[in-house]
Amino acid sequence: MTGNVIDVKNLSVDAIAKRGERTPIVQDISFSVAPGRVVALIGESGSGKTTISLACLGYTRPGCAFKGGEILLDGTDVLQLDLVGRQQVRGVDISYVAQSAAASFNSALSINRQVTEIPQIRNLMSREDATRKAAALYGELDLPSPETIGRRYPHQVSGGQLQRLMAAMAMMCSPKLLILDEPTTALDVTTQIEVLQAFKNLVRENQTSAIYVSHDLAVVAQIADEILVLKDGRMVEYGPTETIITVPREDYTRQLIAAAHVMPEEVKQRTSRGEKGSHLLSVNGVSAGYGRQREVAALLDVSLDVRAAETVGVMGESGSGKSTLGRVISGLMTPWQGEVLLRGRPLAASLKQRTRDELREVQIVFQMADVALNPRHVVEKILGRPLAFYFGADRRAIEKRVGELLELVGLDPAFARRFPRELSGGQKQRVNLARALAADPQLIICDEITSALDTVVAEAILDLLVSLQDRLNVAYIFISHDISTIARIADRVAVMRDGEIVEAGPTAEVLQPPHHDYTDLLLRSVPDLKVGWLETVMEHRRQTGQQAAGN
Amino acid sequence: MVERVVMSLREARRDLTPTATLCLLIICLILLAAILAPFLAPHREGEILTTGSFMSPGEGLFLGSDYLGRDLFSRLFYGLRLTVVVSLTIALLAFLVGCSLGFLAAVLGGRFDMLISRLVDALIAFPAIMLALIVITALGPSIPVLVVTIAFIDSTRVFRVARALGVDIVVQDYVEAATVRGERFGWLMWHEILPNALVPLAAEFGIRFTYAILFISALSFLGLGVQPPQADLGVLIRENMQGLLYGTFTPLYPALCIAAITISINLLVDWYLRRNDAASPEDLQ
Amino acid sequence: MNILSVIVQRLGLGILTVLIVSILVFVGTEILPGDVAYAILGQGATPELVANIQERLGLDEPAHLRYLAWLGELLRGDLGTSLANGAILNDVIGERIGNTVLLAAVTAAIAVPLSVVLGLIASTRPDSAIDRLISTSTLALISVPDFLIAVLLVSLFAVQLGWLPAIANLNRVDGFLEYARVLALPVTALSFTVMAHMARMTRSAVLNVLTSSPIEMAILKGVPKWRIILVHALPNAIAPIINVIALNLAYLITGIVVIESMFNFPGIGRLMVEGVTTRDIPLVQAAAMIFCSTYVVLNLAADIISLIANPRVRHPK
Repeated sequence: MTGNVIDVKNLSVDAIAKRGERTPIVQDISFSVAPGRVVALIGESGSGKTTISLACLGYTRPGCAFKGGEILLDGTDVLQLDLVGRQQVRGVDISYVAQSAAASFNSALSINRQVTEIPQIRNLMSREDATRKAAALYGELDLPSPETIGRRYPHQVSGGQLQRLMAAMAMMCSPKLLILDEPTTALDVTTQIEVLQAFKNLVRENQTSAIYVSHDLAVVAQIADEILVLKDGRMVEYGPTETIITVPREDYTRQLIAAAHVMPEEVKQRTSRGEKGSHLLSVNGVSAGYGRQREVAALLDVSLDVRAAETVGVMGESGSGKSTLGRVISGLMTPWQGEVLLRGRPLAASLKQRTRDELREVQIVFQMADVALNPRHVVEKILGRPLAFYFGADRRAIEKRVGELLELVGLDPAFARRFPRELSGGQKQRVNLARALAADPQLIICDEITSALDTVVAEAILDLLVSLQDRLNVAYIFISHDISTIARIADRVAVMRDGEIVEAGPTAEVLQPPHHDYTDLLLRSVPDLKVGWLETVMEHRRQTGQQAAGN
Repeated sequence: MVERVVMSLREARRDLTPTATLCLLIICLILLAAILAPFLAPHREGEILTTGSFMSPGEGLFLGSDYLGRDLFSRLFYGLRLTVVVSLTIALLAFLVGCSLGFLAAVLGGRFDMLISRLVDALIAFPAIMLALIVITALGPSIPVLVVTIAFIDSTRVFRVARALGVDIVVQDYVEAATVRGERFGWLMWHEILPNALVPLAAEFGIRFTYAILFISALSFLGLGVQPPQADLGVLIRENMQGLLYGTFTPLYPALCIAAITISINLLVDWYLRRNDAASPEDLQ
Repeated sequence: MNILSVIVQRLGLGILTVLIVSILVFVGTEILPGDVAYAILGQGATPELVANIQERLGLDEPAHLRYLAWLGELLRGDLGTSLANGAILNDVIGERIGNTVLLAAVTAAIAVPLSVVLGLIASTRPDSAIDRLISTSTLALISVPDFLIAVLLVSLFAVQLGWLPAIANLNRVDGFLEYARVLALPVTALSFTVMAHMARMTRSAVLNVLTSSPIEMAILKGVPKWRIILVHALPNAIAPIINVIALNLAYLITGIVVIESMFNFPGIGRLMVEGVTTRDIPLVQAAAMIFCSTYVVLNLAADIISLIANPRVRHPK
């Protein structure tokens, strides 16, 4: 006996194709969780972190299979247990909190029914006791009206609340080990830290050991005692949190730290070009929304100016109207009121009435590179079409220009013959950007273009944006929920909330005190790569009575 | 376009199972037999060769004679040809109408979509056979009437599939990217939407084609479809039904022909659609 | 969204659909080119007969008035008289409708539970031997015309073995066993196709639920297998399964028409086919209205049940 709650030794998991070929997705993973400790598994998409966490429950997703290794829970190998044995362990000894509680709760059953199910069917508690314990846990997790919230159905409560309700479900049998799989990733930043704090208290007060899976180093730094860095299914580095974030040994860890979504030490004011630039685009008093009777407003009287060759960051949480603003400017959505001017001339509200040149000068790049490129077109067609459409380029001209564009965004011209699915996420986003550049635009609207990418890849895209601006003098409207990204790239910032711009100005001014209350809340919600940051910020919230936007 | 087809074919060939290969082979053979019927059939369609009905196979009569003493083997070729031609016309017509309207509804949306969708809802609330019987009552059973009627009924189903596909594709960012570029309707339809709908539409075409075969055969079998002296496979079954009482298998040959086509197409479509079937969790098995 | 108002709204929609169906039935039967009466009578048309038919069909009046009159009589429960032999349709159809209902009900009672169970078995073990067996055999069954199945059954059980009657004559039957003997072949033939469709659709509907996140969560929570299927999966699968059943009623109706004719079964399916052959317009209209309205009503019922099964409707925000 090692005294650890769980010992994972040389774990390997394979993916099995329909015809039986095996490809490793996780190889030779070993780590241990001591009682009361939290170990974080950190890595980008495809690093195998979720596969490892599921393996601790003796579970593989359909299409995967264990290849070897041991997972010792109090000396018994979970992988050797039969199905009934594994069922006995799950929910009682080890419990699991899924990434998206909204998707994982069963919409047909009331919340209490799901939360109190396991202790009841294992005969650990009576129904009354289980309901009482659930209500106590709801209270502990700061959920509103803990006595009655459990009677509701999943669709009747918010996403942040569901995530906490799922944590309550996991804690019902006081498990030895709690597995948290990206439990805050789907939440807005301001909600995220409240949920994070709730999880932290829960783990501390119940002396529970936990495995915390995340891609976000700064979040992990707040809750984990030890960190295991993963890449492509293999271990990169494993050690105490403080050591990993201050003196990392491996290059990859250093890359992760460099790319982490952390506020830069100092917000540099990139005024040089912004000052010189002439007026390019003005949004004047625009309101827009949905519904035939204009029931749902998404933008309320928004005004914004963009000068030539500058970057304007538009920042806000989900539902703030930031993407709607991008759609109105590009003409995808007709505003109810107000107008958009390009170099002082009003742009028609609808796409159909804009001239080809007006369309050409304002380009938009979408968030999900995966779906922004037609899967049935080769890159040459994707990039060639705007050339033919706007400039009437012939075949030979297109061939030449496509090569140049690809080089411009840092890709090999040979990529012209490839289909989108033969490209990686970062490469797709580069092609996506190249398509906008093909139109030779004055302004590119970037709608969350780095949000779906892994941090290291996103970092490279941001660098590319900056270098392109230096060379081509193109202006950007950079829409993002991520304040730290905006702080790094934007000359000026507009902060949006509930369809309105609450604060706007040069980046340095907006992001340095004194702030508007909401900007302050957003800024204080960006996790810092420092142990103990969470406690400081929660203390501040208690003193000032700030609340997350979602609640 | 060529590149695309070659690519998807190469991809499909990789996963081709023996069953799927066999089905593909059968479908090709049947199509060939239908096209080359006049050259392959040993006798003319209506030629009465013997006075004996339901004779067993023998000299020059590969599958024996039918109820009038004609060569069943030759009649099968012609029957097959009529069934395939009629069903293919039905399926093509249904696709032409259903797909154009479905994609139009998906792209245009708004009132046009509302109007057609409600109309199709009402038509689908109508069992297909009822509509067919009503029209046949009014106009009598002739091949053009049957083709138009069944194609009309089928086009409502195709409309739904095409519209659902179109609605899914239209909201994709790549279509939006083309829209915001200023592309017109034609480009959106031909270059952005259609190429992405081609594969599921091909599967649906297989399903609609078999449906047409079954439907027209059933009507002919009831005496409400193709009328003698013309004979499709359904008619061949109907007119030779009595053979069963004489202990011959005469009506089973055309029936087996129908089954061979429809089973092959369905198995092929099933194989194709299942390539991407999700597996269910091992812990539930 | 109040559940009652949703149901009332659906009911209204159902009535509207039946109305549209009645228009289609009426227009469909009366789109005859040229002179209707001549078309119906064909070569045997004498001026007296033509006049007679024109009067009976009321062809001297404009179409919309004829439609309203027809609809009015329909609503009062008067189906009219047969054009072929002058029989009162209420009597003819009344006599036979019970037989058709019996055939449909027995088929449904056998096919629905059996196919749902088969679909469930196949979906819990995708790609296993049993799934392949169920999937392939149901696929073969839906590919084969239903009359072919009937032909095979008849040639085996009636002609070769002589166990069961090839003709379903219900006039001289007495007692449960006799009924069972007569119904055995038509019901079996009918069940095969309906079952095949239903089992396949149930499989994919349930498989969809079983691969969803809530079910994975239940597995990770340690819920035993049977409980996952009954408590977690079933409530979510009810609505799709009900819809599958409703969808397949269309196959049942088609099947009834074919199978009744094949077995000379005295029901309204066969009656309708005879009506089509003799171009007995009032008969075809009446039978079509009965089949279509039943179909609409049953679909409506399915729609409402799946609405009630939806927690978002049952427990609004």
